[in-house]
Amino acid sequence: MQAKRPLDMRQALVVDGITKYFHLPKLPIWKRLAGIREQLPAPGKLPAVKNGAKQPLVAVDHVSFAVARGEIFGVLGPNGSGKSTLIRLISTLLTADKGSAKIFGFDIADDEMSVKRLISRVSVDAAFFKKLSPMENLLYGARLYGVTGPEATVKAYEIMGRLGLKRATYSEPMEEMSRGMQQKVAIARAFLTSPILLLLDEPTTGLDPRSKRDVRAFIEELRDSHDATILITTHDMEEADQICDRVAVIHNGKLVATGTPDELKRSIVDNGTLPTLEDVFIRLTGEQLIDVEGAESAPTS
Amino acid sequence: MPNRMTRGMSALRLNSLQVHAFLARNWHLTRRYWGWEVVWFFYSLTSGLSVVFIAQGAEALTGEAVGFDVQYLTMYLIIGTLVWRYLSAIFILTSEVIAWERWEGTIEYTLMAPVRRWVHLVGQTLYSLTYGLITTLIIGIAMALFFELDLSNANLIGAGAVILAGSLSLVGIGILASILPLLYPERGAQMTNVVEASFLLISGVYYPISVLPDWMEALARISPVTYVLDGTRAAILEGAPTSETSQFIVPLLLLGFVTLPLGLRAFKAAENYAKRTGRLKRVG
Repeated sequence: MQAKRPLDMRQALVVDGITKYFHLPKLPIWKRLAGIREQLPAPGKLPAVKNGAKQPLVAVDHVSFAVARGEIFGVLGPNGSGKSTLIRLISTLLTADKGSAKIFGFDIADDEMSVKRLISRVSVDAAFFKKLSPMENLLYGARLYGVTGPEATVKAYEIMGRLGLKRATYSEPMEEMSRGMQQKVAIARAFLTSPILLLLDEPTTGLDPRSKRDVRAFIEELRDSHDATILITTHDMEEADQICDRVAVIHNGKLVATGTPDELKRSIVDNGTLPTLEDVFIRLTGEQLIDVEGAESAPTS
Repeated sequence: MPNRMTRGMSALRLNSLQVHAFLARNWHLTRRYWGWEVVWFFYSLTSGLSVVFIAQGAEALTGEAVGFDVQYLTMYLIIGTLVWRYLSAIFILTSEVIAWERWEGTIEYTLMAPVRRWVHLVGQTLYSLTYGLITTLIIGIAMALFFELDLSNANLIGAGAVILAGSLSLVGIGILASILPLLYPERGAQMTNVVEASFLLISGVYYPISVLPDWMEALARISPVTYVLDGTRAAILEGAPTSETSQFIVPLLLLGFVTLPLGLRAFKAAENYAKRTGRLKRVG
């Protein structure tokens, strides 16, 4: 494992008791038109629904943690555990039902535009206009974030060159590129807008080993040379162990542990043998809760 | 803490860059989907010609008793075809502001960008106006190859003023319709087609609204398309002076002043609802 650089301890992200429900029973339309909102269920209790209606669920359940500036913070959890919902809440694509999150002091609900200027998100499937070329997509994204065309063009050539993308592909439609190449362009797009907080939602899922290694290298470079803070969700325990300063494990929407990979491993050590992070993950998501550094408690600001 | 890229950048310059982003993106999409543009041009031209040929065939259909001016009816239908082509292009492109993002899977990326929603909509609207104007002009030129257009008595400036005023209303209604794909991810885009077809039926595109049943005629009187068509026909067919076209321009501007802010407010409310219920997902 490579050495981690000292952290700037100012907090980049503070998530405090954030909660998101889906499929709560709808109020009658006249109440909704009058601006009356659904009453939120008590913690641990979900309302019963009529036959045929979707079962209510709590996708993110009173999750709290803090991420220091310059940190690479991993969120680990099985499929459907609430990782992507958490990322979408932080990236202002969902509104929280309870709790709050602040990015460098800006509240995601009250200071939405300020938050949007500070963040960028790379999702599991690179979201591009498939008929447009990498360069056209990058220029579109850059202009949205206030980077001028000439400035973005120079930077895009430089970044795509470093990512190993061939010049011939710069003007070809994205749909003709492999998924690994598309994901590299997604990383390049994030570089281009210089986010201070980068949200990566399973950025290496489905990539070949070489592409995974390239993407990881760029994540670390983004942190080291661009002073970015990175929140990453992943299924890849080896990846999390290698690049994350700290990780949080989320299961059924609840945060069940946070700590450095080594802290988490030491917390379940058996017979003097240090387990792998994967062992930790399996133990934690098997309903055994471990509170390494106060997971589930509200973060200090 | 401002973003490093936007620090010190004036709001006007930033908004202009963002509008440019949407204009350039839409132009590239139109260019890349050029095959569909050819198809739509051919479809619009042939359907327009088919309608106008009805005027040419009316005498043959009804026998020698026809007591109307074939040239007048031809111009009446050409104006209906071209004005509808322009207004429907504005409506469709404006109302597809969200639908495009859903089709391409970019809705989350675009809606989490630091862009004020009115800037986003201005970008889409400017493109729809430009696209609508250029494509309608091309179809108009192509139609002129088939029919003799008598513009000797036409007040083109007055017609242009009516169409410009009507564009505002259609943009507002387009924004209102664009919330459907926000609220209904799977069926919203189809719903906007129903709205468009309803305007075509009630607004007197190919016939005077007086032939409609009373309840439809009442709806036609609040449709901005009706006023655009009546005003354009008065200016081109009757040569009505620009001062007289104000009877069409004033209601159109009033409708625009109502539909534009209403559309923006409704869009924002729908976006908030979509964020609360998780409907901004890229798939679905």
